[in-house]
Amino acid sequence: MHVSEAWTMYRHLIGARVRSQLQYRTSLALDFSVSFVVTFLDFAVVVVLFQHLPALGGWTLPEIALLYGMSGIGIAIADMVIGQVEDIHVDIRSGQFDVVLLRPVPTLLQVMASDLALRRIGRVLQSVAVLVYALAAADIAWNPARVALLPVAVVCGAFVFGATFVLGACLTFWVVGSTEVASTFTYGGNQMTSYPLTVFGPWLRRMLAFAVPLAFVTYFPGLYLLNKPDPLGYPQWFQFAAPLVTAVFVVTAGLVWRTAVRHYRSTGS
Amino acid sequence: MPYLVLVRAGWRRWSAYRAATVAGVITNTAFGFIRAAVLMAAINTAGPIGGYDTADAVTYTWLTQGMIMTIGIWRWTELAVRIQSGDIVTDFSRPLDLQGAYLAGDLGRAAYQLLARGVPPFLVGMLAFDLRFPEHTYTWIAFAAGMVLAVVVSFGMRFLVNLGAFWVLDFRGLYAVSSLFLTVASGFAIPLSFFPAWAESLLEVLPWASMVQIPIDVFLEQRTGAALARGLALQVFWVAALLGAGRAVLRVATRRVVVQGG
Repeated sequence: MHVSEAWTMYRHLIGARVRSQLQYRTSLALDFSVSFVVTFLDFAVVVVLFQHLPALGGWTLPEIALLYGMSGIGIAIADMVIGQVEDIHVDIRSGQFDVVLLRPVPTLLQVMASDLALRRIGRVLQSVAVLVYALAAADIAWNPARVALLPVAVVCGAFVFGATFVLGACLTFWVVGSTEVASTFTYGGNQMTSYPLTVFGPWLRRMLAFAVPLAFVTYFPGLYLLNKPDPLGYPQWFQFAAPLVTAVFVVTAGLVWRTAVRHYRSTGS
Repeated sequence: MPYLVLVRAGWRRWSAYRAATVAGVITNTAFGFIRAAVLMAAINTAGPIGGYDTADAVTYTWLTQGMIMTIGIWRWTELAVRIQSGDIVTDFSRPLDLQGAYLAGDLGRAAYQLLARGVPPFLVGMLAFDLRFPEHTYTWIAFAAGMVLAVVVSFGMRFLVNLGAFWVLDFRGLYAVSSLFLTVASGFAIPLSFFPAWAESLLEVLPWASMVQIPIDVFLEQRTGAALARGLALQVFWVAALLGAGRAVLRVATRRVVVQGG
């Protein structure tokens, strides 16, 4: 299937989903506001912590807000577009995944097209608000490279989180009941990348920088945006490696998904 | 005694999913390392915060990680789902007290999850960090009592919130607000003593503190003597108040139920 064909298909399917959610405007508005307030208090906890300290791991509150915003937008968009892949274990256990395999549409596209939870826009907006605060309050010496790097890092972040959701879901093709382990990398990764890498010990650092390359879309570009020296001494090109690392990671996730789908055996009932 | 059978059934029901238990333990443990790292970095910079030094903070982290499932901080919508589907009618027709039956099942669940989901992350934390253990033997007894009360307070709140499904069609919003209080106001996200004094003194007496912060204060021996007695008494108060409120709301709700024939 061509990319353009797939895109048309996705647009049709997702359009129907979005229209169905817009039928219940009050419910949507309520959901939306609740999710905005709930996630807002999530950042309030960080602010409370900063009432006691000038900096954490060498990063001030506005600087941490930058990481928080970048990471938050990334996971919120990924969750909205492809987060429903987390529920694939239900279809695997019940054998419903057969239906997905029978349709002449790529499996992952079907999963993506199965839902687009508009209420999660509340969370995207909360992260955008924190990012705007960071950009206003942090001392950033803007130049063309920095202006370009910020959106690139955010978009790559959404892709890396999305690929992480997919990889986590792949696990359930082999181990039934392993769903929760995936949250270590998705939500845990989001929690970690909301803080600088310097806060963590070498073991967690390596996991975040190399196993699931979330540091490449938050901490490393963050260093360049804020013109901060890296006390951990990683190479400077890491700060611009987001697109490359993202491409490799997304392709890897796609290949693992394909292998996982081939491994699927129906329940036979 | 049918309620004891329900306690056992609660245990058996949750212990059936071994892979899920292992997966959950791995996740709770991983998050423990992340949260401990953040708190340690903060205290290394600023010195003790809100009466917590490094040992207190890591002990706090691993206690809370162990309490997530035991207390049931997240995800309990079973009753709401049954209300929405109408299955609640089956519960009404049983010759048991509805709230008592759910409480019995929940105690069985909590007992299993204390052992399977609570203890393992704490043991890992114990191996990886220098934790602070109680100096006095009676602290252990008080902590055990505080944990049991915390489970019942949490149940009372969850039962009450789930009953909201009788009135609202979309339970999600109510559930999200409730989870927020369970996370932030309970002292799970950060210790309540990290908040500004006015917020702390308010949050301390609300029911959510009775679910997480009070047992932790007891374990860390930040509540001794009269303060310890006050803390446990507050928990007992919330047990009575929430279970009582749950019964009252249930009575009102029962009159609203309309069963479709068929």
